[in-house]
Parts: sequence; structure tokens; C-alpha cells
Amino acid sequence: MIGIIDYGMGNLYSVKKALERLGIPYFVSEHTEELAEADGLILPGVGAFRDAMNLIRENGQFEFIEHWAADGKPLLGICLGMQLLFEGSDEHGETEGFGFLPGFARRFSGKDSQGRRLKVPHMGWNSLTFHQPDHPLLKDVEEGHAYFVHSYVIETADPDVLIATSDYGETVPAVVGRGEIMGTQFHPEKSSTVGIGMLKNFGAIVRERSGAHE
Amino acid sequence: MLTKRIIPCLDVKEGRVVKGTQFVELRDAGDPVELAAFYDEQWADELVFLDISASHEGRKTMIDVVEQVAASIAIPFTVGGGISSVDDMRNMLRAGADKVSLNTAAVKNPDLITQGSTYFGSQCIVVAVDAKYDESIGSWRIYTHGGRTPTDWEVVDWAREVTARGAGEILLTSMDQDGAKTGFDEALTRTVSEAVDVPVIASGGAGAKEHFVDVFEKSGADAALAASIFHYKETSIEEVKAFIRERGVLVR
Repeated sequence: MIGIIDYGMGNLYSVKKALERLGIPYFVSEHTEELAEADGLILPGVGAFRDAMNLIRENGQFEFIEHWAADGKPLLGICLGMQLLFEGSDEHGETEGFGFLPGFARRFSGKDSQGRRLKVPHMGWNSLTFHQPDHPLLKDVEEGHAYFVHSYVIETADPDVLIATSDYGETVPAVVGRGEIMGTQFHPEKSSTVGIGMLKNFGAIVRERSGAHE
Repeated sequence: MLTKRIIPCLDVKEGRVVKGTQFVELRDAGDPVELAAFYDEQWADELVFLDISASHEGRKTMIDVVEQVAASIAIPFTVGGGISSVDDMRNMLRAGADKVSLNTAAVKNPDLITQGSTYFGSQCIVVAVDAKYDESIGSWRIYTHGGRTPTDWEVVDWAREVTARGAGEILLTSMDQDGAKTGFDEALTRTVSEAVDVPVIASGGAGAKEHFVDVFEKSGADAALAASIFHYKETSIEEVKAFIRERGVLVR
């Protein structure tokens, strides 16, 4: 069973509907005692990094998520939810993230390597390059396009956490992860067969970890 | 690399799609959910639904339509038409729309853009701009109320105003080209695209596959929107994409 963490930010409707279509059992909750019953968690998020971290702390979810990660249980961050897994962001001043993955979110420069102007947000369908094609999240997924909407990008010095990247004047970490901590910068629930395939794979990872009681 | 987007626009009246009547393969060509799924299969990159209902009931029906569409497709979609308050925006976004588009209401009350982008994020606030060339100002003038009412806004000033207020995207319709089927308004699109940092969707004038190559290559549009060319099956999204891909435009 997947638990979707509700901390008051992000449109959960599409993720819920995508899981329903895939037949993956899930529930949405803000209560850590309920979320603790899940076999895997999804951390969604749309909006500002600082607001998200503040809400997670105010809701008393911060330590719960830290323990969850330390216990090695599956966690999938989506969009802003993925960025929160990293060390921090300079959006509206420095804000600390969870620090499960090495790297920081910073605003797109708005220029490519030749100094040509790039629009911000990075919005639309961009092609993916798979760096870890054998990663369980990418199983049977085509190396196609995904739908991105973001103004901040993760910068990491550790290529090991890059499962798939995209290119928008610079390298855009698109699918990241280490162990059971995973994330997608794009919205899998809006990324047609490519994204739905990854959600399905996360569902399979969670089911496997749960000992396949079902 | 980021691809150019092709976006079909569906006009919805009292919960039914008007126009898209040529789809004999569909059980019910007036059903927004069935048409949305059809365009999704055709590799549409996004959809725009424009609610042209006149009645209050029609508007309420639109919320049901949005919920059903969101439950059946896995690509982003925008809902516009008659959205005039933060509550309207919230209702559509909660029902599963990814973006809302503001037009007349944004001109009447520009603060609505600010409020929308603050509450929901810039990424889901689209401002739809209807522009018509006006010799007296040597530029394009903004119109509201479906193109019936001229305003005092010049297009570049307005585009900068809405992006400063947090609009995440501009849906730019050329009233001069709309319905003419002779191609997108490249001069208008280029002017606005160069003036703002957010993506610009060109709209109005699509009549042939070549027009999509032109608007992407010559005007810097990030996306192109069309209605009748797709609804009346003059071409399909797949055909347009194959055609422009051969000519070097990156598409999904």
C-alpha cells in the first residue's frame, strides 16, 4: 500500500487517478501514524521549497520522513517533492531540505552554454537520457519524453544519483535516487506512457518490499 | 532537448464539445472525455478546454467535465473561459486541471493574476491574450470579451504586466489571423515571445502543416494551438508532428 503524504501543497488529484488506473492501492494522509502503515510513500509537491519545508515541519512530518528514509523504506518524491530530498535550495533564501541525496536546487540561469536565452520555467516535454537503464524504476519504460514544469534545477556533484537526465541548456536531473530514495523532477502522472510506466514500477517496488502479502 | 508542443483546443458548451463533429470513429464526438482520450492517443502534448457556456449550470457542468478528463488522460490540460475569481481557479485546479487560463477577468482585475500565481504557483496561471493590429498605435491592441471589446493595453506592455504579476505562460491569439487559415501571426508571436521570459503559445490561423513549421522556426513560439484544423480532420496531430519533425523541429 502506497501512502501519499499530504502536507497542504500540490495537486494530488492526478497522482491519485493515475494510481487508480494502474490498480495500485494507495491512501492520502497528513497523519504520520497512518502513513507509518504504508509500504511506500509518495512525497508530492508544487510551489516553493521554503513553504513546503515549513509546512512539513509544522505538520510534524519532518522527523517521520527522516526515520522512514533511515529505515530504508521506499520513498518517491515528485517535482518539488523530489527537490526536497536534496540538501537545500536557494529559492527565497537558503532553505535546508532533507539531505537524503547530495545536491542543491538553484534557479535556472535562463541561458544555455552559448549564452542564448532560455525561457524559465522549463515547461513542456523534454527527452530523457537513461543513465541506469537497469534501475527498477525504468523497467520496460521507453527512453522517451516527460512533462516538466519547474524554475529550479538540482545541481549535484554525484553522478551516481542520476538515473535519467534531460537537457535544458544544462543537465537536468530528471530521475534520481539512491537505494530506496527516489524522485522524478517531471510529473509522471502527466507524462503519458513514460511517466505512468515509472509510477507502475514504483508500485511494483513497494509491493515487493512489503513482502508481497497480497 | 525541450520539444515544441502541439495543443488542440476544445470548445465546451454546457458540458458538450462543439465543433469536433467529424470524428466518425468516436462513439460520441461531443463527449469531452472521449475527445480528450482521442487526442491523447494522437500524441497531443497538452489540451486546452475553453468553456463557452453562457449559463451558470453550464459552468458547474464544466467542473464535472474537468474531473472526468483528469481521471482519463495522463497529459496536462488547461481550462479557460469564464474564470473570474480565485475560487473559480481553485475549483478547476482541485477538479484536476493543471492550469487555468484568464482572459477578460485578468484585464478587468490584473490583481487576479497576482493572487492566482501566489496561491497556486505561476506554473498553473496562463493568461490568454487576444490581440489585433492597430495602425493608430503601430502595434497590437488587446481585446476582451471574446474579441468584442477593445482595451487601452498594447500587447507588449500587457505581456510584460502579466508576467511581472506571475503569469507562467501566455496563450496569444491573433485576431487578425484567427479563422483565416493562412498561417499563424509570426510578427505578433515573435514580438511577444522576445518581450517575455515565459513560454508563449501561438494561436489563430493554423490552416496547413507548413504553418506549424513557420511559427516554430520563425517566431520563437514554444507551443502552437489549433482547433478546426484538427477537429475537422484537415490533418491530424500525428501528421503535423511527422511533417515538422522531418523539417528539423523537435517534437515528442
